[in-house]
Amino acid sequence: MLSPVILVAAILNGLLTGAVYALVALGLTLIYGVLHIINFAHGALLTAAMFAAFFAHRLLGLDPYLAAVVLTPLFFALGYGLQRFVIGPAARGEDRNILLVTLGLAVVIENALLFVFRSDTRTLNLDYAFDVVDLGIVFLPVPRVVAFGVVLVVALLLWLILTLTDTGKAIRAVAKEKLGAELSGIEVAHIYAVTFGLGTACLAVAACLLLPTYYVNPHVGNAFVLVAFTVVVLGGMGSVPGALAGGLFIGVVESLSGLYLGESLGQIGIFLMFILVLLLRPSGLFGEQA
Amino acid sequence: MRSAPVAPILLVIAALAAVPLLTSSNVVLNFLTVALLIALAGQGWNVLGGYGGQYSFGHAAFFGTGAYVTAILQTRYGVNAWLGFVLGIAGGALVGAAIGALTFRSGLKGSYFALVTLAFAEVLRILASVAPVTGAGVGILVTLDLRPEAFQFQSRAPFYWILLTLVGLSLVVVRLIEHSRFGAWLVAVRENEDAARALGVDATRVKLAAITISAAMTAAAGAFYVQYFLFIDSGIAYGPWISIEALLAPIVGGIGTVFGPLLGALAVRILGELTKLAVGDAPGLDLVIFGSVLILVVAFAPRGIAGLLSDARRRVARWRSPAVEQAHG
Repeated sequence: MLSPVILVAAILNGLLTGAVYALVALGLTLIYGVLHIINFAHGALLTAAMFAAFFAHRLLGLDPYLAAVVLTPLFFALGYGLQRFVIGPAARGEDRNILLVTLGLAVVIENALLFVFRSDTRTLNLDYAFDVVDLGIVFLPVPRVVAFGVVLVVALLLWLILTLTDTGKAIRAVAKEKLGAELSGIEVAHIYAVTFGLGTACLAVAACLLLPTYYVNPHVGNAFVLVAFTVVVLGGMGSVPGALAGGLFIGVVESLSGLYLGESLGQIGIFLMFILVLLLRPSGLFGEQA
Repeated sequence: MRSAPVAPILLVIAALAAVPLLTSSNVVLNFLTVALLIALAGQGWNVLGGYGGQYSFGHAAFFGTGAYVTAILQTRYGVNAWLGFVLGIAGGALVGAAIGALTFRSGLKGSYFALVTLAFAEVLRILASVAPVTGAGVGILVTLDLRPEAFQFQSRAPFYWILLTLVGLSLVVVRLIEHSRFGAWLVAVRENEDAARALGVDATRVKLAAITISAAMTAAAGAFYVQYFLFIDSGIAYGPWISIEALLAPIVGGIGTVFGPLLGALAVRILGELTKLAVGDAPGLDLVIFGSVLILVVAFAPRGIAGLLSDARRRVARWRSPAVEQAHG
């Protein structure tokens, strides 16, 4: 039997990892909630953000936490542009087309990164990467504690944007009733793009939080995004609090199954849970859209 | 109902069958073999995605199962390669039916269906990369045994003809489906599932049949892959590349048309080869181009090459008979 100390450490570590999952899932769920599409390019965009943060440090000497300040608006703009000028026009409002276009984008981005940077795995060597907080019974890595805190702040900010600002109200209006929103003068194409931009901006933050302790390669985003899909499905498509809670939950599940089953099987645990949730609760999932 | 016209299919297959008689170049045969392999896998996707409107992002699950069953039965259990080949196809069909039963009964469609198929392929890939029976990370090498009884040949031509036969069969099957009651149901489900159900179509069963046929075709491509290359590993078998190529071929060629996957596979493969000639063999570059082609086709030519051809034919017809034009004013 494992001692309770290891168990507590695993749960705490799971919560810290889960926070980043939650952030990735937040972007996904936001886009789904408003546009009613699953963004298959989410993982590739996360990878792109991680590469951006990596080279911001390598070439410009920018610390990942500082890079977040630059990359977040940059990725907002990127997401806005992708939805407004690529996905929207190419898909002409057809759900099946949106699926294919975001898949196409994912393939292009991931392989462009593979082409330019090859499949080498890169890591930053930051002097604070291995700092730990001593909680008495367990040690927690500082960068991941920081990540946890930042995710909570970002989630709060998002919530404030959605509830207090005019744009946020417009986003919620479009999510609820697209036609009605359009009739009352809201420019839906713009709101779609803003939402996509916000979702992509979440990825830039997540990338900068991951980088001090995580590696970068052209496929790194995929692992996160399948977890994020699970989180989103679990927490309810389109729900911000659901994404947050789901992310933390999955983080703990992964950490515990990794402890009991080993790394690669721990990943399968998540996939199986994902498939099970989708299969067993489809009615809950289709509550909003047929 | 008119009987299905299969003459054009026989003509195309006969023309392609003549290629090894005209050239003994291995480069040409190799190219065509790979293109036909993708066409076969893509025809599988086309049955479910093109005619049934259910977009799978995980056809690798069927390709890989066909490949692994064929390889494992031969190398571990000494089963005859031809029998292994047939069982590989059956195995793929079974996986298709199982995934279909789970997803369609739960009412999953659209994005969710795409997502679940993708997840199934990934689960299988991870399992295959750790399980001893699939050779884990190393993969499986099929023993070289160049006898026709062992489904291995000295030259490439027999392989090519066998694959061509399979592709021909898949074309005929799809043509027959098109002209059958089942085909009409399938298209009805694609266009409006609720309406189809209201008219008494058992949509779940129709989709289940479609995914089983679809999986069998794509599994045949996987089983053939093993015999041709004599090697399989988890990345090739269940990796995303084949899921993408299988959907790209019909979409580029003309989704929901008999010849779409064949046209698309040839076009995409030619594009891939041209890229290699222009830039050299750089990892990732071909997929960058394929991904861009996917977006461009969806944006500008949603009916693919087949659609462009039929538009062109109509334009030529109009140009030949200006009377029609005048009549329309």
